Amino acid sequence: MFGLLVLFFFSYRFLTFKILVVVKFESQSFASPLLWANDISCSKSTRISSNSLAALCSIHRAKMDTNLVEMFRAGLNWVTMALDAPSARVVLFGVRIQWHIFVEVLLGFVIVILLSQKSYKPPKRPLTEQEIDELCDEWVPEPLIPPITEDMMHEPPVLESAAGPHTTVNGKDVVNFASANYLGLIGHQKLLESCTSALEKYGVGSCGPRGFYGTIDVHLDCETRISKFLSTPDTILYSYGLSTMFSTIPCFCKKGDIIVADEGVHWGIQNGLQLSRSTIVYFKHNDMDSLRSTLEKIMTKNKRSKNLRRYIVAEAVYQNSGQIAPLDEIVKLKEKYKFRVILDESNSFGVLGRSGRGLAEHHGVPIEKIDVVTAAMGHALATEGGFCTGNARIIDYQRLSSSGYVFSASLPPYLASAAITAIDVIDQNPELLVKMKHNIALLWKGLKDIKGMSLASDPESPIVFLKLEKSSGSTKEDLLLLEKMADRALKEDSLLVVSSKKSFLDKCRLPVGIKLLVSAGHSESDLVKVSESLKRLASELLL
Amino acid sequence: MITIPYLTAVSTYFSYGLLFAFGQLRDYSRLIFDWCSTNNLHGYAPICLAHEDFYIRRLYHRIQDCFNRPISSAPDSWVDVIERYSNDNNKTLKRTTKSTRCLNLGSYNYLGFGSFDEYCTPRVIESLKKFSASTCSSRVDAGQDRTISLLCFCILTSVSFLPSGTTSVHAELEECVAKYVGKPAAIVTGMGFATNSAIIPVLIGKGGLIISDSLNHTSIVNGARGSGATIRVFQHNTPAHLERVLKEQIAEGQPRTHRPWKKIIVVVEGIYSMEGEICQLPEIVSVCKKYKAYVYLDEAHSIGAIGKTGRGVCELLGVDTADVDIMMGTFTKSFGSCGGYIAGSKELIQYLKYHCPAHLYATSISTPSAQQIISAIKVILGEDGSNRGAQKLARIRENSNFFRAELQKMGFEVLGDNDSPVMPIMLYNPAKIPAFSRECLRENVAVVVVGFPATPLLLARARICISASHSREDLIKALKVISKAGDLTGIKYFPAAPKKQEEEKDRIKLD
Repeated sequence: MFGLLVLFFFSYRFLTFKILVVVKFESQSFASPLLWANDISCSKSTRISSNSLAALCSIHRAKMDTNLVEMFRAGLNWVTMALDAPSARVVLFGVRIQWHIFVEVLLGFVIVILLSQKSYKPPKRPLTEQEIDELCDEWVPEPLIPPITEDMMHEPPVLESAAGPHTTVNGKDVVNFASANYLGLIGHQKLLESCTSALEKYGVGSCGPRGFYGTIDVHLDCETRISKFLSTPDTILYSYGLSTMFSTIPCFCKKGDIIVADEGVHWGIQNGLQLSRSTIVYFKHNDMDSLRSTLEKIMTKNKRSKNLRRYIVAEAVYQNSGQIAPLDEIVKLKEKYKFRVILDESNSFGVLGRSGRGLAEHHGVPIEKIDVVTAAMGHALATEGGFCTGNARIIDYQRLSSSGYVFSASLPPYLASAAITAIDVIDQNPELLVKMKHNIALLWKGLKDIKGMSLASDPESPIVFLKLEKSSGSTKEDLLLLEKMADRALKEDSLLVVSSKKSFLDKCRLPVGIKLLVSAGHSESDLVKVSESLKRLASELLL
Repeated sequence: MITIPYLTAVSTYFSYGLLFAFGQLRDYSRLIFDWCSTNNLHGYAPICLAHEDFYIRRLYHRIQDCFNRPISSAPDSWVDVIERYSNDNNKTLKRTTKSTRCLNLGSYNYLGFGSFDEYCTPRVIESLKKFSASTCSSRVDAGQDRTISLLCFCILTSVSFLPSGTTSVHAELEECVAKYVGKPAAIVTGMGFATNSAIIPVLIGKGGLIISDSLNHTSIVNGARGSGATIRVFQHNTPAHLERVLKEQIAEGQPRTHRPWKKIIVVVEGIYSMEGEICQLPEIVSVCKKYKAYVYLDEAHSIGAIGKTGRGVCELLGVDTADVDIMMGTFTKSFGSCGGYIAGSKELIQYLKYHCPAHLYATSISTPSAQQIISAIKVILGEDGSNRGAQKLARIRENSNFFRAELQKMGFEVLGDNDSPVMPIMLYNPAKIPAFSRECLRENVAVVVVGFPATPLLLARARICISASHSREDLIKALKVISKAGDLTGIKYFPAAPKKQEEEKDRIKLD
């Protein structure tokens, strides 16, 4: 309000001045177009054109305008004189008092009055007790969970024996393609022996986190064994496969850091990325060109990113698609753009490479080039828990900063001792790996000419992934169809196969499909059976 | 609330200041050395954060030997603590083959199921032989019959998920747990930490509000952060403050838009593991009921350890389990196994089984561990045909209350409530952390000392966990050792009760 008044005051001063000036000048300037038009009409009198006609019109208009201005000036003069009349003869300190002085003094007064008043603020009225109570009464929360829909209900068959290559469901022997028992170590005699002796010595649980007497000698032995197996400096053991990733990533990536991640990573990694609060950029699933352009963009667009920690997060064998990450390319890009690599080897540890040492061996990349390697032990090793391996500083740092390590009870000792034995078994029995690779090749051969579905995984990956050739457009519909297929495979052919599962928390948008987890324990007839069965079901359900 | 004596606070601050100053000094000299040698980062930013790394290098490494002490036996009442030595001023510790037998006051072995048990272990080994150690796959499907009995009428058209990681043991376990905690259904995951951090995001998301106790466990904090919901904190174990926060938040609604909250979940723990305090559940439940907030109770430490039949804080304080919407707990403590559970209504569990990532994507709990839990619950409920369970429960209560009373008499500042088997003794000063721990270990008592980051910087403490497997002699020995160590380190911040009488006796003698 006050500001407006001041503005008005100054604009008033300015205006009175301007009007006078404009009025004085305009009488002259209006004459000039007149002259100019005369010029034109004289010089170009030989050619009477539309041009001169327009000029004549403008002359006419200009004449009208000068008349108007004259009238306005006369009016203004009259008003000025009328207002000045009462004080025409007043001279104060040698200054003639003109009419505008009165207006200015009046405005000045108003300003002073306004200044002396308190500025207007709408009264703050906090909610009264009663209103708060009413609001609380009125508030209706949503139910804790949305209503259960039909697809959430299902009748699950339950395994009645170990989840080996063959298992029992409803008293029937079925072939199991649902367990990531890649080397067929479930039920291995040596593992059972080591577990039994550990159970007798240590009991089941460790009853404490690693920091507080939950470190048992087998944990340390297991860490040493993994380090030796992978020839890395140090290893840290986690008590659960899923927690490995979501603890390791937030440990090294904090707010402001940059993470470039594959869009197909599994939920454990997604959660880790979210918890880290870093800037996350996804690149196209297993697409190195997309990765390159993403890295390029980050490094050129933002000069500050040179001082930030930068990571590439990838999975060795993608749980969601069965693709194998091209590590050699990733390492090249990482070195070019100076990123660090965090690699999840959950489905490749013990599986890929000549001797099962994982993706680095598979691509012939020295393991030191990968900064952080994590893996769950619930797959090829047929035990549970997870580990992270890398240089001593990285591991040491996690021992006090990693939430899933510091604040969780440690791995049950019998599972750690099973892991040690499993690695020994892998080392001593290279034929297991050969058998598994042979089985993968067999299954590929068997499924090559499947109709309605296509093989979307890498030919060397132990996860054989069949995706629908024609998607219905809705993931839910697709999933229902796939589940129906898996269901019939169990009922009709005694085959345990799994379709993709989607939690609404999972942000991965890769196509869904049927996942077959190949094991060294599968016989040739098992593989023939599964490929025949799937081919039949696919042609019946999808075509 | 913990009130630090003024002088102690000053000396604690001074100690940290000194440590910090020396650490900085060492860092600067290191910087000069590094500057002389070549820089090995080659354009990468340093991977470890400077301030956290500083804490590890300059403070934690000095007292590293008090933590991560390896043992070579089951975490029973007595453990073999492996001796370690260091050649580089505690920077790295090397194992020796020697070990000392120590009294274990550190493990969460509340009911003594941590070691070989005559009932449980044979059954565990049996299930190992039948099911092997792992299923190598996620649970994916659900635990069946209970949910089905409710919903079978509409299953006709539904299709089924296929199993891979659920064995009959898992199904039995979920049924057993639901019955034990007194809820219609339960879901079991393979890790306690992951239970919290993977299930909270399923229950609540953007537009929801989580009101969390200020001293809640990291797993809850992780889960809450991962959920995307707004998080507000109320003063530790103060129902009045909870009510104030609830009122304020409901009246205000969501920040900026002021839309009403979609739902509010109040997260509390049964026993706070670093405080030993028992949650004021009846008051909290009534506040939540009044304001229509859902209650999420984490019974990681209380399930199995307190209550007449070991059913946790609800039983101890007489709260109807129907009033607690989500009951969470772990099996790592009282049951001597691993994993965690969520118990709740049938619909809730059904929903979680369909959406919880820990259920869909993670390896299911190891079958022998599941069997251990079932057997332990059977022992607790007396279904094994003996009264060992009842004895264990009576024992832990007696042991805890005796030990707490004795410690208080000696003049230690002991936190926590009666009946709680967790009792922290305040140390405050950073120098007293290793001193107390090493003194006790020298006398063959293994205690846990806790400092930053598990506690606030100033409130370092020693924590004692009492087990049902401790005998009275064990406890008396422990008290003697702790008293001696307490005198040496000067942590008896209160005047000792019985000592006064002794002094008086002495005076009488002198007279």
